[in-house]
Amino acid sequence: MSKENQAVSAAYAGLQQKAALVRQSRHEKPLLLVGTATCGLAAGAAAVLKTIKEELARQKVEATVLEAGCMGHCYAEPLVIVYKPGFPPILYGYVTEGIASRLVIDFLAGDDPCLEFALGALEENEFLPALSDFPRFGVEQKIILENCGLIDPENIMDYIAHDGYAGLARALQLEPAAVVAEIKASGLRGRGGAGFPTGRKWETCLGTPADEKYVICNADEGDPGAFMDRTIMESNPHLVLEGLIIAARAVGADRGYVYVRAEYPLAVKRLALAVEQARQCGLLGENILGGGFGFEVEVFQGSGAFVCGEETALIASIEGEPGIPRHRPPFPAAAGLYGRPTVIDNVKTLSFIPSIINRGADWFKSTGTPGSPGTAVFALAGKLVNTGLTEVPMGTTLNQVVYDVGSGIPKGKKFKAVQIGGPSGGCLPESALDMPIDFDSLSGAGAMMGSGGMVVLDEDDCMVEIARFFLDFTQKESCGKCTMCRLGTRQMLDILEDITRGRGRPEDIDLLLSLAEDIKAGSLCGLGKTAPNPVLSTIRYFRDEYEAHINEKRCPSLMCQELIAFYILPEKCERSCDACVGSCPVEAIYNNADRIKVIDQQKCVKCNSCVDACPPQYRAVIKLSPPELVAEREKENK
Amino acid sequence: MELTDQEITTSREETKKILPQYPGRRGDLIPILQKVQEKLGYVPAPAMEEVAAYLGITPMDVYSVVTFYNQFRLSPPGKRQINVCMGTACHMRGGNIILDSWKRRLKIDVGQVTPDREFSLERVACVGCCTMAPVTVIDGEVHPKVTPTRVDGLLFSFGMKIEKEGGKH
Repeated sequence: MSKENQAVSAAYAGLQQKAALVRQSRHEKPLLLVGTATCGLAAGAAAVLKTIKEELARQKVEATVLEAGCMGHCYAEPLVIVYKPGFPPILYGYVTEGIASRLVIDFLAGDDPCLEFALGALEENEFLPALSDFPRFGVEQKIILENCGLIDPENIMDYIAHDGYAGLARALQLEPAAVVAEIKASGLRGRGGAGFPTGRKWETCLGTPADEKYVICNADEGDPGAFMDRTIMESNPHLVLEGLIIAARAVGADRGYVYVRAEYPLAVKRLALAVEQARQCGLLGENILGGGFGFEVEVFQGSGAFVCGEETALIASIEGEPGIPRHRPPFPAAAGLYGRPTVIDNVKTLSFIPSIINRGADWFKSTGTPGSPGTAVFALAGKLVNTGLTEVPMGTTLNQVVYDVGSGIPKGKKFKAVQIGGPSGGCLPESALDMPIDFDSLSGAGAMMGSGGMVVLDEDDCMVEIARFFLDFTQKESCGKCTMCRLGTRQMLDILEDITRGRGRPEDIDLLLSLAEDIKAGSLCGLGKTAPNPVLSTIRYFRDEYEAHINEKRCPSLMCQELIAFYILPEKCERSCDACVGSCPVEAIYNNADRIKVIDQQKCVKCNSCVDACPPQYRAVIKLSPPELVAEREKENK
Repeated sequence: MELTDQEITTSREETKKILPQYPGRRGDLIPILQKVQEKLGYVPAPAMEEVAAYLGITPMDVYSVVTFYNQFRLSPPGKRQINVCMGTACHMRGGNIILDSWKRRLKIDVGQVTPDREFSLERVACVGCCTMAPVTVIDGEVHPKVTPTRVDGLLFSFGMKIEKEGGKH
C-alpha cells in the first residue's frame, strides 16, 4: 500500500471512530426523530417539534430530539420516530401536537408506547407489526433513500456512522481510470431523464486533456410534480456531496458546483451546511483525507428557469448568461463550463455513486434489468392513497407501484392514467400498467422516464386539460431560441385551449399531430423535442375524450370549467342543511321557496366548494356537462 | 411603476454595499442579483446600472439576465408575498381554483401588487410539496391543502376586510 493510501485509510478510520462515539452517546437516552423536510413542515412538523421539546422540559424527561428528513411516507406527515431502550424503534404518523405530547407523557415518561398512533416498527419485534410486513416493502428496494429520514441531515457524523464517505475513501485509493471503469462496468444510466450511460460521460471527460475541469450536480429539479431530488438533498445532503467528490476524483476536476433551484431554500441551506462540515472534516479542500487530491464545491442557486435543467443552459447560467441551450456536440464532457471538460450529473445519479464504489459494479447490476440496472426513485402524487417517495428496482411494473406502494386510488374512484416524466413525459392508460418500468419500455410507450415524477389520475381528471396544462408550462418556459418551440408550442396551446373551451374543430386533432412532429424536428434541446409528448400520448390513448370535447362540447371527466355547470338535485337536497350556502365564496347559492338550495349560474365561479361542503349522506351537488343540461333539468323540475 | 427618489437612492446605496463581496467576474452576475433582490425585494434599474458598471458589462446585458429568469422582479413586491403553486399535483387538485380565489379577493392579477402594496400575487411552478396539494406559499411558509374558504381565512388572519360580491337573495 502506498503512503497516500495508508494516510487515507488512517484518516477515514479516525473519522469513523469519532462518528461511532457520537452515535453511541445518542442512543444512551431516548431519541426522537422528527421529519422536517419541506413536506413535513407543510404538514405542521414545526409545531410538533416545539410541543415535543416543551413537553420534555415539563415532564423533566431526558431525551435527544433531532430533525431528520423524509422517509417517503409523505401521506402520513408529520412523522416521528421514537427510539427508547427496551423497545423497538417505532414510527408514528399523522402526529398532531396532542399526539406529540402524549408520546412524551405516556411513552417516554411512562412505558406505554401509544401503539394506537404507530404506523409500525422499523425492525422485526414481538410488540407490533414492522414496516417490513407491509406489502410495499416487498416491492421497494432502497439504495439511495436507504438512510433518508433516519439520519440527521445536519450532522456529518451521523452520515459517517452509516458508512458515509467510505466510497470516497476507496475512490481516493484507486487510480481515476479504475473509478471510471467501475462506474462504466456498473451500467449506471443518468437519472435526469435521458438515461445516458454515466461511465461513458466520465470517460470522455477523463480522456480530454485540459488545464481545468469541472463537475456539476444538476439539482435544478423543475418538473412540476417531482420532488425526489428535493427530498434527497434535504434528507441526506452528504450522499449527494460524496457522489460529486468521487466524480471529481474520477475525472480529475478541482472545482464543482451544485446547481439547486432557489425554490428549494431548505435544500440550499442543508447542502451549504454539508459542504462546510465536509470541509472541516478534511473531506473537501486541499489534500482530501491526505490522499493528495484537492477539490472545492460551491452551491449555486438557480433563478427559476425550467430550461436550465438542460445541461448547456445550466452552464450558461453559471457563467452569468441567460440560460439558453446551445448546440451539442461538443458535449459538456469535452467542452463545457468556460469551455473546459465538465461532467454534469443528476442528484440521483450521483447518489448511486458512493454505494457502487463501495460495493462494486456486480452488486449494482444484480438489481434492475440488464438494460437499466439499479433502482428508480419515484415521487408519487395525485390521486393515490399513499403519496410520497418510493424506490423500486428497475423492471418493477407500474401496477406494483400504483397498487402495492401507493395503495391504489382513494374514495373508490376508478384509475384512469398515470403521468410519468412531467412535461417531457406522457400519460399511460390502464392497459400499460403491466409494463415494466425502465428507460427503454417507457419511451416505447410514448412516455419517458424523466426525472421520476409520477402523477396518478382518476376518472375525474380530464386528459385534454392535463395535456393543455403541460403545454402551458413548456410554452411559458421555452427560452425562445428555436422558432418551432417558441411559436409551435404557442399554436398547439391555442388549439388545446379552444378545445377545452368547447371551441374545437374536427380537424384540430390532425393539426396537433402534425405540429407535434414539426416541433420535435425543429427544436435544439430536450425541452422542445419532448414538449409535444403529453399531447401525443393523450391523443394516442384517449382520443375519445378529445372527440367528446370537439364534437359534443362535453367534458367527460367534468373538469373543464367552461364545459361544466354545478347543479343541486332538488330531490336530494336537505331543507334543514345550509352547508353549501356558507361554503360558497361568491354567495351564488340561495334558498328557494321550498328551502331547497339553488345555484345562481350567473354568479357561480365553479370552485367546487359546494361539492366538498355537501354532507356525504346527501351528495346533492353534481356537475353537468355540457352546461346547457342545467336549464333542461330546471325545466323538468318546474 | 415610478420609483420615488428615496427608492432610487436606497437601491443604489444598498447595491454598492453588496458588490465588494464578489470578485467581479461575469459568473458572479446571478449571485449578485439574487443578493440585491434579497435585500431590496426587487431589482430596480439603478441597481442594474451599478451591477453592470462593477462587472464591466452593459446595463442591457444585466437587463437580459434579469428578465430571462422568473425569480427576478422589476417592481417592489407587496409586504406579503403570495405564491400559488401551479405544479401538476396542485393543478389536478384544483390549483387554478385557488389561484382564482386569490385573484378574486385581492382584485389583482398574477404578477401584480395590490394598490396599497400589502399583497403581491405570483404563481410558482412547483415547490415540491405535491403530497400536500394544493399549496400556497406565503412569505416562505407553505400552507397545505388550501381551499377557497381557507383563502378567505388566511386573508382574515392578515386583517383584510373581505366584501363578498353580490347581495342577499
